Amino acid sequence: MSGSRLPMSYMTPGTSSFADFLGAQAPQLLPSRRALPSGDAADLAPHGTTIVAATFSGGVVMAGDRRATMGNIIAQRDIQKVFPADEFSVVGIAGTAGLAVEMVRLFQTELEHYEKIEGMTLSIDGKANRLSALIRANLGLAMQGLAVVPLFAGYDLVADQGRIFSYDVTGGRYEETAFHSVGSGSLFARGSLKKLYREDLDEEGTVTAVIQALYDAADDDSATGGPDLTRRIFPVVHVITPDGGRRMPDEEVAVIADRMLASRMQRPDGPAAPLT
Amino acid sequence: MSMPFYVSPEQMMKDRADFARKGIARGRSVVAVQYADGILFVSENPSQALHKVSEIYDRIAFAAVGRYNEFENLRIAGVRLADMRGYAYDRRDVTGRGLANAYAQTLGTIFSSGGEKPYEVEIFVAEIGDVAADDQLYRLTYDGQVADEHGFAVMGGAADVVAGHLREHYVAGSSLEDTLRVAVAALGHSETEDRVIPASALEVAALDRTRSQPRKFLRLRAARLTEILGDAGTADAPSPEDVLAGAAPRHTGVDDPQDPTDQVSGNVPPLEDPVTGEPPVAPPVHPAPATPEDPTPVEPSDPVAPGEPQPPAPQPPTPDPGDPPVSGR
Repeated sequence: MSGSRLPMSYMTPGTSSFADFLGAQAPQLLPSRRALPSGDAADLAPHGTTIVAATFSGGVVMAGDRRATMGNIIAQRDIQKVFPADEFSVVGIAGTAGLAVEMVRLFQTELEHYEKIEGMTLSIDGKANRLSALIRANLGLAMQGLAVVPLFAGYDLVADQGRIFSYDVTGGRYEETAFHSVGSGSLFARGSLKKLYREDLDEEGTVTAVIQALYDAADDDSATGGPDLTRRIFPVVHVITPDGGRRMPDEEVAVIADRMLASRMQRPDGPAAPLT
Repeated sequence: MSMPFYVSPEQMMKDRADFARKGIARGRSVVAVQYADGILFVSENPSQALHKVSEIYDRIAFAAVGRYNEFENLRIAGVRLADMRGYAYDRRDVTGRGLANAYAQTLGTIFSSGGEKPYEVEIFVAEIGDVAADDQLYRLTYDGQVADEHGFAVMGGAADVVAGHLREHYVAGSSLEDTLRVAVAALGHSETEDRVIPASALEVAALDRTRSQPRKFLRLRAARLTEILGDAGTADAPSPEDVLAGAAPRHTGVDDPQDPTDQVSGNVPPLEDPVTGEPPVAPPVHPAPATPEDPTPVEPSDPVAPGEPQPPAPQPPTPDPGDPPVSGR
């Protein structure tokens, strides 16, 4: 830390937002304040792919596959794309992995900073709006191919239910009901969840449904990774309930994934939904 | 003409220190105590919203006494500094020592700069390690001095009395519950009586290394406090400073540290003379020159006690009209 007294800007009351403070004090540290030469930068860096989220009566679940791709190359097999944002919320990211991870770090700091300065946590809508502002600031980079599209979910202690928010590259924020998916495999994952999701699923049932959906996405999208049986790499699953959020341990996810794989040995397309 | 005006640096620092100490002495004490699993902060604070103890970072907490707006300012600066550093580097690179240094530099600069009023605050910066031996507790005073404390530390109004009680009863390495009981008893202790402070008037927080989350700061709410302390002392007798606050200024001519409205300062022992080690002697106050024609500058270091007859001033030379006007200095 600095050798002399704290700069006046640190002592000035005003903003409770860390991103605003950072923008004024050290704009070079913001993920979005970078001028790029013109051209398409999409192939420069790894991309993260599919994230799914679904609510159940006691909370909300978010899961992401573990693959990052660079064109036809698998850049990383065990990347983490779902992160806790704070105790009661979680954020998953699809798009340019480097920018996205930095943006998640900024978002985590933003929420914690507000909580420490104000002595209370932001409402879940407040958190969703702050994330929206961070995404919007990235629009310039998104137009050059470095888009970041998050999925945000959390437990709303006031409304007493799990909630899911999706975003577009311009920072548009949309609340989703029941389930949603983002990323390259999201079309397949969402189609799968349409058939598998039921409102009366419990926590384990919901986790099974999102793992099934990720398998279906990996089945049809080359950029989404399925369960890696030889290396024992399974999706990252976060569960948020009124007691707080936790990352489901890999052993528990492995049990559910193994059960799903055993039934897919019999029927590779997964469970069949009734026709009527 | 203007009165000659000179204040020696020693006197100026003493005045500023007196001013800050008097402000701090009005506040109620904050106790920081090490226990087996971390560091506990206890303070008497009837407000549930205006905290004296706060979280700065994962393993770092902040406690303060004195003027609320000033230590709140420092707290926010600390949170910003820690978050900025944690974001730019890594969470592990945010240290209590670095934060204490930044506070010390800030308080020291403000104290010795002529332009600003010194901050009337005292601060604890605490950081817990993985084991009790790595815990750190820094106490910072209004003038930027840093002390590395061990076991327990007290600051605020009746710090000496409370620390004396703690010295007798503190046991290193005891549980949270036992430590809390000792700390609350110490806060209620005074030379005349032992008050039982009700749980609703306590602000208690801890840095607890057994917490599973990375953020180790934890507030103990009233329900938990009642569970530990029992519901003794529910009658909340107003403390002397609460009674005096808002009252009209009293012109007693006596310096009462408990009274925020009194008009007298100076009941606080002065700083030592940095050269001789003895308390400096305030410059004597001379009566105003008897005759307006007498332009002799009064020497502040003139060792003449007030009230003694003054020696006759030498007749000044008649100023030459060509000379520049003589200034008052």
